[in-house]
Amino acid sequence: MATIGQDIAPPDLVAKVTGRAKFAEDFRAEGMVFAKLLLSPMPHARVRRVDASEALAMPGVLGILRAEEVPQVDAPREACLTDEPLYEGEPVLAIAAVDETTAADAIDRIKVDFEPLPFVLDPLESLRPNGPDARIGGNYFFRPRGSDIAEFRSHKWTDADFAAAGEGQMPMGEPRTEWSVGDLDAGFDQADLVLDETIVHQTLSHHPMEPRSCMAYWQNGKLYIHPSTQSTARTAVGIARSMDLDPDDVVLIGPYCGGGFGSKISGSPTMLIPAVMSRKIGRPVMMRINRYEETYIGRSRPGFQARVKIGFRNDGRVTALDLYIVEDGGAYGSGDFNTAGTVASLSYQPLAMRLRGVSLYTNTPPRSAQRGPGGAQIVGMLEPIIDKAARQLGIDRVAIRELNAPDNNGWLGPQQGRLTSAYVREALAMGKEIFGWEEKSRLSGQRNGTKAIGVGVGLSPFVGGSTGYDGLVVIRPDGKLYVHQGIGNLGTHSMADTARAAADVLGLPWDRVEVVWGDTSKHLPWSSNQSGSQTIHAHTRANHAAGIDARRKLQQIAALDWGGSPGDYVVGGGRVYHRSNRNQGMTFGRAARRAIQLRGKFSGYEMDDDLNAMTVASVQALAGQGLIGAAKDNYGREGSTWTFVVGFALVELDVETGQVDIKEYTAVADCGTVIHPRSLAAQIHGGGVQGFGIARSQRWVYDPQWGVAFAKRFYTARPPGILDVPLEMKWGAVGIPDPQTPVGAKGIGEPPVGAGSAAITSAIADALGGQCLCRTPLTLDVILAALEGREQPYGPLETHV
Amino acid sequence: MAVIRDMIPAFDLFQPTSIEDAIDLLDQYGDDSWVFAGGMDSFDWMKDRIKRPTAVVDLGNIPELKGITSSDDGLEIGAMTTLTEVASNSDVTSRFGLLSQAAGLVATPQIRNQGTLGGNLSQDTRCWYYRAGWPCYRAGGNICYASAPLAMNREHCIFGADRCVAVNPSDTATALIALDAKMVVHSSKGEREVDAEDYFIGPGIDITRMTVLETGDILTTIRIPGTWAGAQFYFEKVEDRKSWDFALVSVASALVVNNGRIERARIAVNGVAPYPMRLDAVEAAVTGKPQNEETAEAAGDIAIRGASPLRHNDYKLPLMKNLVRRALREQAP
Repeated sequence: MATIGQDIAPPDLVAKVTGRAKFAEDFRAEGMVFAKLLLSPMPHARVRRVDASEALAMPGVLGILRAEEVPQVDAPREACLTDEPLYEGEPVLAIAAVDETTAADAIDRIKVDFEPLPFVLDPLESLRPNGPDARIGGNYFFRPRGSDIAEFRSHKWTDADFAAAGEGQMPMGEPRTEWSVGDLDAGFDQADLVLDETIVHQTLSHHPMEPRSCMAYWQNGKLYIHPSTQSTARTAVGIARSMDLDPDDVVLIGPYCGGGFGSKISGSPTMLIPAVMSRKIGRPVMMRINRYEETYIGRSRPGFQARVKIGFRNDGRVTALDLYIVEDGGAYGSGDFNTAGTVASLSYQPLAMRLRGVSLYTNTPPRSAQRGPGGAQIVGMLEPIIDKAARQLGIDRVAIRELNAPDNNGWLGPQQGRLTSAYVREALAMGKEIFGWEEKSRLSGQRNGTKAIGVGVGLSPFVGGSTGYDGLVVIRPDGKLYVHQGIGNLGTHSMADTARAAADVLGLPWDRVEVVWGDTSKHLPWSSNQSGSQTIHAHTRANHAAGIDARRKLQQIAALDWGGSPGDYVVGGGRVYHRSNRNQGMTFGRAARRAIQLRGKFSGYEMDDDLNAMTVASVQALAGQGLIGAAKDNYGREGSTWTFVVGFALVELDVETGQVDIKEYTAVADCGTVIHPRSLAAQIHGGGVQGFGIARSQRWVYDPQWGVAFAKRFYTARPPGILDVPLEMKWGAVGIPDPQTPVGAKGIGEPPVGAGSAAITSAIADALGGQCLCRTPLTLDVILAALEGREQPYGPLETHV
Repeated sequence: MAVIRDMIPAFDLFQPTSIEDAIDLLDQYGDDSWVFAGGMDSFDWMKDRIKRPTAVVDLGNIPELKGITSSDDGLEIGAMTTLTEVASNSDVTSRFGLLSQAAGLVATPQIRNQGTLGGNLSQDTRCWYYRAGWPCYRAGGNICYASAPLAMNREHCIFGADRCVAVNPSDTATALIALDAKMVVHSSKGEREVDAEDYFIGPGIDITRMTVLETGDILTTIRIPGTWAGAQFYFEKVEDRKSWDFALVSVASALVVNNGRIERARIAVNGVAPYPMRLDAVEAAVTGKPQNEETAEAAGDIAIRGASPLRHNDYKLPLMKNLVRRALREQAP
């Protein structure tokens, strides 16, 4: 029976539920000591002088690490320690000691003379004619393609730009990025309804359960490192590059990662600190990151202040979409707004569209991809505006999405790129059915005591796959298939689930498959990052290719030993045998022994010349251990691969308190072939819950006068708790294979977030009788002020609140 | 000196087995001592290295501080009784359901298993400026950062500001005020009993404390008289999330209603002032009135008279008004 489509527990499950799984801070090494960080107390400062003499004289203190001792990077990139902190909480130096208590006490005793520098938290403030810049020299980095120029510059708008915006409306001065498709003016001319809205999307921390702790030591010139990272192979390569080491001299062991959501794609800058400290003091160094530190250094999703003008024909078709986004790039920059524009074009297929954007540095923590970067923000903000149009035009809210949604001929972005597949209408139809849209949407606005019912729908596309990586499998004399995986184990099960592509090609039951992962000393192939919802697509392809390569070799060995041509032989049930005579064949174990005897390509002494150097090194190391299948994903693909998730929600809004209770949630995915139903459900629901937090409760608060953060603990940042999640959440998958990938599967990690967020912002607007507050999070103070007709607690463009 | 957080410095831990021994230790160490109940507030302060007691006196091994017993027509609850027990004890749920409701809404099951009633009542404010270690009035300085023109004060007070604008975070405080409970405090000077509403003090009395407890004092027992047993109760806590959150506004009421007329009423709110507020004017206004929407409406309006919002917490006015109305309605929504 094929493994694809079955619920099969991944091989890491028992260790996880029994607590035996080792995460970064669980590793130990002989003589291990501890490091603690000194974080900047100011949003922007220069370190003038450090006096660590008292700290270094303490018994048990082993050393200090300063910014000049760690790998240096070119501006505007981020080093792991700095003497010019760009946000409150940025690591300035580290101390190592025999235990954490001593290390912390030593940090206490260090005197740092900080020179405060001008800072800015809100990009709109930085855009004002004499507004402050986050960096010395500017608020963005200017590095035009094909030029030698690389410098900070200041981007400013004029007083007239600010004055031109209406009261409470988003001003729109000179953008830094602009693209358009079609004739925007003609699009608006055709429109029967034009909506023009100012929107604010809050910045949000990632809050993975596992903070980015790291342990490192050196042995015989090799660096052994245990970071908390989403990816395995790619993180090791990145560490080697940063530390100026040969990739062979980095052994990364990290079989488990307690969540990253895009904040640990290739680890974290700070993972170099224990590595460098260990080299300096000659002891293994453990740096445990606590929740307080994690909130500062743990990355965040960039907030947007934006304005959108959308034109609709009477039938609901979007004729023109004009989007202007000012993005808060934090201390080291971001480009989410570009993806936001692309996602908007894909969702609504407007007849004409323009994106304008400015992304500026601010003195707030670093941004990075966060599960659906750019996409989750924009769909959560635009979907209630689409609802508003549907309501004004008298169209069903699902119908307006069906009308505008892309199909297989859809396009996206400034180049009007093409898609491998899009079954959005099928997903909407299935979602309507499971959720019961016809019946539920009739409840919209009904009151039960003080509770008003709101029903919402949100469509969320996100990129779902990359191509061109390597697969590596070994059939050993024990007759088992060993699938080597260079992707990470983020908890999504894709390190196990993508191995199924090779198993099915070889007709092998799952109990004969071993997944090799999480340790670069185990000879892993060149792999995608464990990010961008790539892996299920990229590595079902790569493992399919490696499986095909192994199958071909099995057939060749059988033909060599039993005569005939390889094509006469088939594989299945752990044997390769003649198609007309099952007895004419051999077990995989025997074939593996024959492959070892035959050497050459059969057991890894020769290989395809298009493999990546990392894969080549791994095949060489494994040579002679069995029958080796190693191949690059050379399957063709035209266009890009996108996944679509639609979310449906029913909420109850208490009109006396502003509290929102999510009663029902259903989400349906167009993610191609379903590999692992239970795991898919976990992604759809888990991402949905993350979206609920974005829409409803999760906060990021700064004091504007002092530039320091307040929502830095779980209880103040308020990601959703289990009681904020409906008891029963339903899901579905369209299940139509993507035609341009052999297994048919598209990625699913990210688009569920936007679906969750948009379904809730849409449902809240519905419960408010169609009033779109155009802000996230929609906390009860914002809602109650609207219900009571009182002044809003925050200005229309106010951010970090 | 540099700042480091989330890392508890070393301290001496004392685990006395009697109230007398605990008081002796507190007297011996004076201002360097720290009374430790469930630790849910204490650990935060210690992890952030802002409060640095050298002698931590853990009350967890004193048997007489734990448990719920009937006395006369009421109940006596040891201050070290966990919130889980308070929320689930049948004597509490059957006669003083207001308190079990309030205790059951504190934070999370894990915190309720560890946190105690005494700790919940005596905890410090959650003003994030103060808890971040800023040298504000409450911390002994001479400024309030939370009421500065640009300050983030969504969670702060609309009543009772006196240099400090923090709020009391306790969920059980309002329930005990509504039940007319008495707090029993022990010190080397002996035992004294304080009305629940007087247990909490505002910044006008002492800006560095939330309660009457001074160094050397231990809250030992909470006495609930039978006066309000079985009354009509209403408790509601409005928070941003349904778990692990502090009340933005909470309300507790106890009403004795006869033939549709309110004979007696006690009502208190929290999250609106530096102390849980008993609403005397509302109680006076509703006593003798029919329990209907008109009475509830009027009560809500009276409740927020004199409120003074800060930059970001105007929403607390309608929220408090609406919660007071609900607390007086016959049918909870």
